[in-house]
Parts: sequence; structure tokens; C-alpha cells
Amino acid sequence: MAYSDKVIEHYQNPHNVGSFGSSKEVQARKDVGVGIVGAPECGDVMQLHIQVSDAGVIQDAKFKCFGCGSAIASSSLATEWIKGKTVDEALAIKNTEIVEELSLPPVKIHCSVLAEDSIRAAIEDWKKKNGHATAVDTHAVHAH
Amino acid sequence: MNKPRPLYLDNASTTRCDPRVVEVMLPYLTEAYGNSGSRNHAFGWEAEEAVEKAREQSAALIGANAKEIIFTSGATESNNLAIKGAANMYAKKPEGQTGRGHIITALHEHKAVLDPCKRLQKEGFDVTYLQPPADGVITVDMVAKEIRPDTILVSIMWANNEIGTINEIPAIGKLCHDKEIIFHSDGTQWVGKMPTDVERDNIDLLSWSGHKMYGPKGVGALYVRRRKPRVRLEAIFDGGGQERGMRSGTLNISGIAGFGKACELCQHEMQAEGERLLKFRNRLETELAKAIEVTQVNGNASKRVPNITNISFGFVEGESLLMGIKDIACSSGSACTSASLEPSYVLKSLGVGDELAHSSLRLSMSRWTTDKEIDYTIASITKAVLHLRKMSPLYDLFKEGVDISKIQWQTH
Ligand SMILES: Cc1ncc(COP(=O)(O)O)c(C=O)c1O
Repeated sequence: MAYSDKVIEHYQNPHNVGSFGSSKEVQARKDVGVGIVGAPECGDVMQLHIQVSDAGVIQDAKFKCFGCGSAIASSSLATEWIKGKTVDEALAIKNTEIVEELSLPPVKIHCSVLAEDSIRAAIEDWKKKNGHATAVDTHAVHAH
Repeated sequence: MNKPRPLYLDNASTTRCDPRVVEVMLPYLTEAYGNSGSRNHAFGWEAEEAVEKAREQSAALIGANAKEIIFTSGATESNNLAIKGAANMYAKKPEGQTGRGHIITALHEHKAVLDPCKRLQKEGFDVTYLQPPADGVITVDMVAKEIRPDTILVSIMWANNEIGTINEIPAIGKLCHDKEIIFHSDGTQWVGKMPTDVERDNIDLLSWSGHKMYGPKGVGALYVRRRKPRVRLEAIFDGGGQERGMRSGTLNISGIAGFGKACELCQHEMQAEGERLLKFRNRLETELAKAIEVTQVNGNASKRVPNITNISFGFVEGESLLMGIKDIACSSGSACTSASLEPSYVLKSLGVGDELAHSSLRLSMSRWTTDKEIDYTIASITKAVLHLRKMSPLYDLFKEGVDISKIQWQTH
């Protein structure tokens, strides 16, 4: 399969790789939302850490990803896009926008879905930690 | 076609055709283009001579008689002819009925064996698929346990195409002969690489393919034993009655001539080549394990052909790893597409965990592989794995001491 130039660029120079601490440390931090989606047996796991201000603005984001090049590129792009956005703005990001930006072929659409899911999961985690109402239906669970 | 090519370590998939083979083939496409079935002119005689020479060369490679070689279009066809042909010939009951006979094969066989067996199941045969053990080696005891009074055919590959493991073929063949059961082996990854003798090794039917042993694509052979026992097959192709009626169709003269030459070259070169490739394989396995923690060589440590290694690099997904070493052509055990997030069924059948199966690479070497290429491969893979581990959430969890298999993953 031939990858688009943008996917290759993100793969070689991924943006915002990292975390805001170990799984225990980030659990204890109220300003950090954690989203982990996917499963190793499916061949992809995305982990997104977001650091959110009291006003609900995503000040920083870090990702880690076990998955194919398209999954890495999708999560790298997601961190770029959500930085500086409010959580509501971030929630409006659609996986189709990621597909378009990275020119993902149909077989890789699930990578963009996973990126969208990780954003939702991280925001939900932050909301829960801070006593905000979480929307039940924001967390799309895809069966396959 | 003239762009610089990646380094090629996917020789279990297909090999370069040896220039010495190409040289033998060319005249049969240009001047000597006769049909070996034309008995009344020089063009036909010339073609027939080429075919008979190739039949001798092919037979010599496996210790057979030339009369026992049927030329086909490759191992897929040879397997189909052997399995369907023997099942239908030795069926206990006529077509349309159930209980037509029992066949034994294994779960990690190539699809070109599994799918003919599945079709036979639909046609009234019973099939037992042996579950391979963790080291991938099918032993004679595993086969013996499954033999029934109505078992008519056993089909066990000689060496596995994904992990290179070698099954106990001579012993399984002996067992089958003692029990008067026809024994077929898919020798695609074995013949031409390792010494083969159908008499010593108790083989009734043996498939192999030109393009896995430095010959052309689209040509292969099936060995069909002629005595003790005389094995008969029901043909799949009906027509002009070529190849003793077992495989009708005008013969692929240039391909067959090349196939014969490829067999001859392998016979002469396999020993020195095998020793060289084994050194390369050992270097890959030991040096990669030294440079990268949590690597695992899949399959039995010693019972493997020298040209194939299959290694899992924990916490790194195979397809992304291939992307990191894109100037090396090789295969991954992972297929990350929405249609199939399934890791290799061969690794799964051995009980390799899904995430390690997703993290595996198959590297397979050839006659032309060099020391420098192995150096380069070790350096590239190490660099790519370390790059990806920096990004891997699973590696972090491992470092924190978390057991990944105990986590409740949200499957999507
Ligand atoms: C073990 C085994 N059997 C059969 C085949 C099919 O061979 P061919 O491509 O010649 O039909 C292959 C090659 O993919 C193989 O590795």
C-alpha cells in the first residue's frame, strides 16, 4: 500500500509524542484528560493525554500510538488540531476531516475513527474528573 | 521498472529467477517454439527433448524417477491435484454421499492446502485439522493419534512458509505407508533448499514450485509415486491427455525447461547455500535480540529451514515497522485493514498472542543475500523499532510493569 506524503511525514516526524506522566500520575491530575482506545489484539492502541485549563481550553496534548502508519499519523494530526481549542470545539472534529487531510484510503478509515474516539475519551475523562456533565452518547463504540 | 529497488528479503514469497535459468528458457520462446505433443516434426521433438530433460533434472533433485514427475502451473495446482485427485480416486463412497473418507492436515498449512480440504469437506469428506504446538512442528505422534479406519489421505507440509519450521516428514510418511494411507507433502518451501529423497523420506505425493527456488513463476511439479504403492489421481484438467492424463494442456516448454535448470542448480548449490544462509539467519536473530529487548523468534529454535526467520518485536505494530524499513522488502504478520485486522493465522495457530503476532516480521533470504545486506537490515530494523517504541503506549505500560494482557481494552 502506498502512503500519502502527509502520512509519511507524520510517521517520520510525529508531532507531540509523549505523555504528561505515568498512568498513575495522570490519573491523579485533574487538569489532564486521558483517552486510551483500541486494543493490542486489533493491532492498534491510541493514547491521548490533554492538558486543559479551568476555562476548558486544551493547552497541550500528547499522544502515543501502537498501530500502522495511518494510525500514527491520525493521532499526531489530532494533537495538532486540538491544541488551543476549547473542549467543545475539539469535540466537533470529525474523523472524515482527518481522512481528507491525510488522504487515507478506505481500508484506513478506522484509524481516523480511532483518533476521533481518543479525543472524545480524553475530554470525557477530563470532564468526569472536574465534575462536568458528560454526554453519554459522545463515546462511540464501534463493534467489529 | 528502473527505479532503485529496495533490498529484497522476501524470498519465501518469491525469488529472482536465476540468470542461468533465464538463459535456458529463452530459446524455447523464440526459435524452438514447438509443442512437445507434435510427434511428427523437428519442432515438436526439440520441445519434447527439453521437457524430458527437465523431468530428469526435477526427478534427480528429489530422488525420484522421471516418469513420476507431472508438470503443473505451480504449487497451488500441484496441491489441488494431489489432494482432490487422491481424495476422489480413493473415496470410500461415490460422489453425492457423506462419509466418503477421512483426511488429516494441519491448521498452519498454506491456503493452497487448506482450501482444497475445505472444498472436499463440502463434498462429503471428513477433515481433521491438527492444532500445531507452540513450536509449530507437527510430529508423527500427533498424526498417529488422529488416524481412523477410514483415513485415506494425510497432507502435511514439509516446511512452513511463514516461520520455516520443519515437520517430521519421513516419520509421518513411514506411518502412512504402514497404515496404507496416501501421504502428500507440500514441499514448496523445502525442495531445492534441503536434501530430499522421496524413497528415504516415504513420500507418495510431493508439490513444489519454480518461483520459490530461483526458477520462473507459473510452473511447478507434482511427484506421483509409481510403485509401492502406485498412486493414482483423478485429473482436474481434462483434455489432450498430456502428463499421463493427469494434467491436460499444452506444456509450458520454456517454463518447464527453466524449472528443470533451477532444480539442477539447487541440487548442486543447496549445501553451500544453506550453510551461508544459516549464518545470516543466526546473525539476524542473535544481533537483533541483543539490540532490542523483548524480541521473540517464532517457531522451533532449531527445526527450521535456514532461509526464513520470523521475529516478533513486542509493542511495535508490524505494518508501521515495515514503513520504517521501507527500503527492505519483507513481510509482516499483521494485516491492518478494515476488512481484516486479523494477525497471521499461522502465528495464531501456534498460540502466539495477537499483539505479538501483529508485531512480527518474516525475513527470508536468497542465493544473492550478502553480509552487507544483513548488516544493513539489522541496523534499519533496530532504528525503526526504537523509533516506534518511543511512540508506543504498550512499551510504556511494559516499562511501568503493567501486564498488558490483564488490561480491559476497549475494543473498537
Ligand atoms: C507452502 C506453500 N505452498 C504453496 C504455495 C503456492 O505456490 P504457487 O504460488 O506456486 O502456486 C506457496 C507460495 O505462496 C507456499 O509457500
